[in-house]
Amino acid sequence: MLAHAIFFYTFSFIAIVSAVMVTVSKNTVHSVFFLILDFISISCLFIMIGAEFLGMIMLIVYVGAVAVLFLFVVMMLNVSQQKNQWFISTESSKHIPVGLIVSVIIFFELIVVIGGWKYKPNLVSAMSLNFDNDISNTHSIGYVLYTDYIHIFQLSGMILLVAMVGAIVLTFKQRSGIKRQFYFDQISRERKDSVEIVNVENNKGVKLDD
Amino acid sequence: MEYLNIFFLETYKILFLLVPVLVSVAMIVWLDRRIWAFVQKRQGPNVVGPFGLLQSLADAFKYIFKEVIIPSSSNKVIFILAPIVTMTLALISWAVIPFSATQVLADINVGILYLFAVSSLGVYGIIMGGWASNSKYPFLGAIRSAAQMVSYEVSIGVIIINVLLCVGSLNLNDIVIAQENIWFVIPLFPMFVIFFISALAETNRPPFDLPEAEAELVAGYQTEYSGMMYAMFWLGEYANILLMCAMGSILFLGGWLSPIEIYPFNLIPGAIWLIFKILFLFLLFALVKAIVPRYRYDQLMRLGWKIFLPLSLLWVVLTASYLFYYNLLPVN
Repeated sequence: MLAHAIFFYTFSFIAIVSAVMVTVSKNTVHSVFFLILDFISISCLFIMIGAEFLGMIMLIVYVGAVAVLFLFVVMMLNVSQQKNQWFISTESSKHIPVGLIVSVIIFFELIVVIGGWKYKPNLVSAMSLNFDNDISNTHSIGYVLYTDYIHIFQLSGMILLVAMVGAIVLTFKQRSGIKRQFYFDQISRERKDSVEIVNVENNKGVKLDD
Repeated sequence: MEYLNIFFLETYKILFLLVPVLVSVAMIVWLDRRIWAFVQKRQGPNVVGPFGLLQSLADAFKYIFKEVIIPSSSNKVIFILAPIVTMTLALISWAVIPFSATQVLADINVGILYLFAVSSLGVYGIIMGGWASNSKYPFLGAIRSAAQMVSYEVSIGVIIINVLLCVGSLNLNDIVIAQENIWFVIPLFPMFVIFFISALAETNRPPFDLPEAEAELVAGYQTEYSGMMYAMFWLGEYANILLMCAMGSILFLGGWLSPIEIYPFNLIPGAIWLIFKILFLFLLFALVKAIVPRYRYDQLMRLGWKIFLPLSLLWVVLTASYLFYYNLLPVN
């Protein structure tokens, strides 16, 4: 149990410190790297409570894909400059009220959740599912996700698809005047399509039609 | 005292796994250069030691004693962290590779997801190195490489789903045992081909070595690296290649199973069979490097997104329908 506690406190300490560093660090790229560290330590915490599937999916989806895109955006758009402007210029006050409102809402939500957990002990057992200890948690997620919650699951998939199609439509531009490569035309080209032997009469030349 | 015992036992096990992996990485570099040379009718490294076997060791010593140059305008912490991340990620994934039914460091339930997650983290070593160098060519190389690795990961993930449909478990040992009757390379042959090509792209091997395309980008993300830090990138890269070969042999070539279950073959331990399969796949990797020209960047993206992804998705539907229709789905 001692080792368990040591690991738990190590990971949670790293998670909290890196979460603070995300907001505090001046360099935006550093913030993204701290965010990645935060994701990793949280997935370690997931694995520690036995939710190994969730932890791995967290690593694959958030760290392997989403954070890479974050990094791309931050590196390409020169966000660090804008961030500095927010801190220094007088307009910075514009963002503070919105941030305050969001953080207050999150704070109250957390209070409700933790309060429910602490003062209504039977709330958790009523909401949570009955676990069968013989099957792995990947299997149990599958059993729940594809039976009771199939509609919600499919619906979230549809929303993601719509979002993806929307993003593609927004950025898609049909450009004219660029040369495209047609692989099948290229491969199926034969000698007679491109080479013609012409007998050129002396002093007359040949007229080529394009 | 009890904890100390566990600690030493695990350290001993880890060293017993890591030292052979590192030695074989050195050997595999030599083998790669040698095969490459033979295909082109050259000799390759053949001077240091018998058949040039100690060439990698000599190179390693050279790298260790060279000065590590850190560019003054670089972001120093991330610059130093990048090769460490690459190397660590390449080595920690070996923890779940099963060398036989019992010889595995961590026999975890989600072994294949762990492998996939760690290989998807591999992109960070390259982005960090490229960005922290604060120089044009490394940055371009890093961006190319990040886009490439993220794209090909998608199709590798879908291919893994194909195999998982036939197995019904995420445990690597279960995946190997499920292939006792027939290796998945036979029913899922097109997926094996796509996996192999995606693995080439994922490990930045030729013909997909655009991140370090030396003709355009000098050496890509590792341009500013020298000495031991360069060597760590290099070791990590080859450890990743070996890992991809191991993953391919576990998913498709039956892992530690012997090809035929008859008398003389049964005696050979599973680890030897796994090593043979890894070496076979690595031979293919080396041959591809020697004979195929480099892809153009748009061709690479087209191959990943427009050909491999639809094809592997279609194959998922096919596999699932087949298994469902003939009632072969692995339900427990």
